[in-house]
Amino acid sequence: MLSKQTVKLDPANNPYKPRLARIVSIKPQAPDHKLFQLRFEDRDYAESFCTRPGQFAELSIIGVGECPISISSPPTRKGIVEMCVRRTGRVTNALFDLPTNSMVGLRGPYGNGYPVEDMEGNDLLMIAGGLGMAPLRSLLWYALDNRARFNRVILLYGTRSPEDLLFREEFDDLITRADLECHVTVDKDPTGNWPYNVGVVTSLFDKVDNLNPDTTYAAICGPPVVYKFVIDQLLKLNFSKGRILMSLERMMKCGIGKCLHCSIGHKYTCLDGPIFTYWDAINLRESI
Amino acid sequence: MKSLRMAKRHLPKFLESLGKWGKVYVPVKLGKNSYRWEEFDGEVDNIALDALRTVIPAKKFFYKPREVMFEYDKTNGYTQACAECEEDVILFGIHSCGIHSLETLDNIFAGKYVDNYYFTRRKNITIVGTSCMPDKHCFCKSMGADTVDEGYDIFLTDLGDDFLIGVGSSKGDDIVNDNPDIYEEVDESTTKRYLEFRNKRDESFELVLDTSDLPTILDFQYDNPLWDELGERCLACGSCSMVCPTCYCYNVDDTINLDSETGERWREWDCCLFRDHALVAGGHNFRENQGGRLKHRYLHKQQAYLGDFGRTACVGCGRCIVACPANIDYVECLKAMRGEMTSA
Repeated sequence: MLSKQTVKLDPANNPYKPRLARIVSIKPQAPDHKLFQLRFEDRDYAESFCTRPGQFAELSIIGVGECPISISSPPTRKGIVEMCVRRTGRVTNALFDLPTNSMVGLRGPYGNGYPVEDMEGNDLLMIAGGLGMAPLRSLLWYALDNRARFNRVILLYGTRSPEDLLFREEFDDLITRADLECHVTVDKDPTGNWPYNVGVVTSLFDKVDNLNPDTTYAAICGPPVVYKFVIDQLLKLNFSKGRILMSLERMMKCGIGKCLHCSIGHKYTCLDGPIFTYWDAINLRESI
Repeated sequence: MKSLRMAKRHLPKFLESLGKWGKVYVPVKLGKNSYRWEEFDGEVDNIALDALRTVIPAKKFFYKPREVMFEYDKTNGYTQACAECEEDVILFGIHSCGIHSLETLDNIFAGKYVDNYYFTRRKNITIVGTSCMPDKHCFCKSMGADTVDEGYDIFLTDLGDDFLIGVGSSKGDDIVNDNPDIYEEVDESTTKRYLEFRNKRDESFELVLDTSDLPTILDFQYDNPLWDELGERCLACGSCSMVCPTCYCYNVDDTINLDSETGERWREWDCCLFRDHALVAGGHNFRENQGGRLKHRYLHKQQAYLGDFGRTACVGCGRCIVACPANIDYVECLKAMRGEMTSA
């Protein structure tokens, strides 16, 4: 007998069920990093699939397993789901072995995504380290495709070396765009041919003039070390903790708040996150 | 609520009647102090009416220890597999704490994304609860799970010669209407005996845990070295979670058949004390040490779940205390955090 919960059972709509999607293109990015363009086989579903910047989806490789991957494509470009993936675990290894036109399973989108309604009308400062560019790219293109809704749009992106730069072909254009302040850096340049900044990502702050912490939202994504140093820098610039947005990584096995693998304190990264303000994060121990 | 009374000699007839609504499961004695759920064999004497806690709780009927979620093949993708979900089951002998634990699970498996597997069974399973007398490991009263006024179809309270029959649902009403001649109306003596039972039971609790302000206390005790001391003792065997009626976390994996074309996606009960619970691809573990994992389990039950749903994810059944091979005592640990004990 069900007492307190009024639950509508809808057997035709199992939230765990992956839908078939086809890999329509694979673009190598950096060593062990590729951008996969996926399209749901069901055309109507593909068109209706609606995301928010910063969300993720559960990707299934048939016969191997399932894992959460952030969505790199913005909601402004429907029909195709892009995922920039590093080859690092069992599922991603199997994904890298698949040729174009292979079928995978996909379900989602999950997570809160960036609070874009609050961010609009403000300056947008995006800071990415390494693969952190993957989820931030959805926000970047959302902002560029809705350019009038934002004031300044700034992107600071750092990787270890020039060959690790993701979305390289886009950056050649992004750097020259007049409506975007885009700065890239590498920790080291063994080639000697790198035309841009050399140094850690925080060294790019010098290139951005007149950041106003009261009218700016900062969205950061990267490895733990990036959070540490970037947040220190933002706090020095008097950013409110609630204006610093982080995208946290966990192994969301179900993506829908059941399996508990992504819990941080009383939050589920899959439902309450993966985007947390720094204020949330300092109140969530073990968060970074 | 509809209440009736039934003389104990009618229990066989009551159980026989239950069989019309599905397969009846009852607690039976397994070893000296252990019980398990088994299909009713028709012998009332084989039912362990005095069983306080089956080794594995009734959770397993709603949420299988291991279940196939999907069958897949490379052409058609994933197809839901759940034939056995449709079976009608009657659980006879679940106690108040067990009924509360189901509400705890309901909160998780409902919400924006409904878990069909759990709720299909939830709708197909009839709950016939029975009253109990606590032993030294029961602390359901401290967890607010010692009584139920809803969440069951029928509830039997032992009043000596009679059972008080609480009818809690329309299905429960159908069940009693199937056998009208074994029930009698309640009278003043029933009320008197019920109150006697209640008072006796209330006074029988030996184990008490003060939960007032516990979430805040646990916040302050986040860095207490006791967590690591307990972590040193914890074997990470997962027993506490497997026997816990409110633990719900699970792992998902795929197996492939020998044809390399088809296979199954299944899930099985997991435990946040296992080393790889917060491990992510690339090898970073967000809860690296055992003390931190143990703390996570306690904090989740007494703090995190409470914040989300207004009640703790612990019903005080005492299973984890009995099951722990390292003698880690949930209540003692929390008492130590409250400063009521110096060690645990």
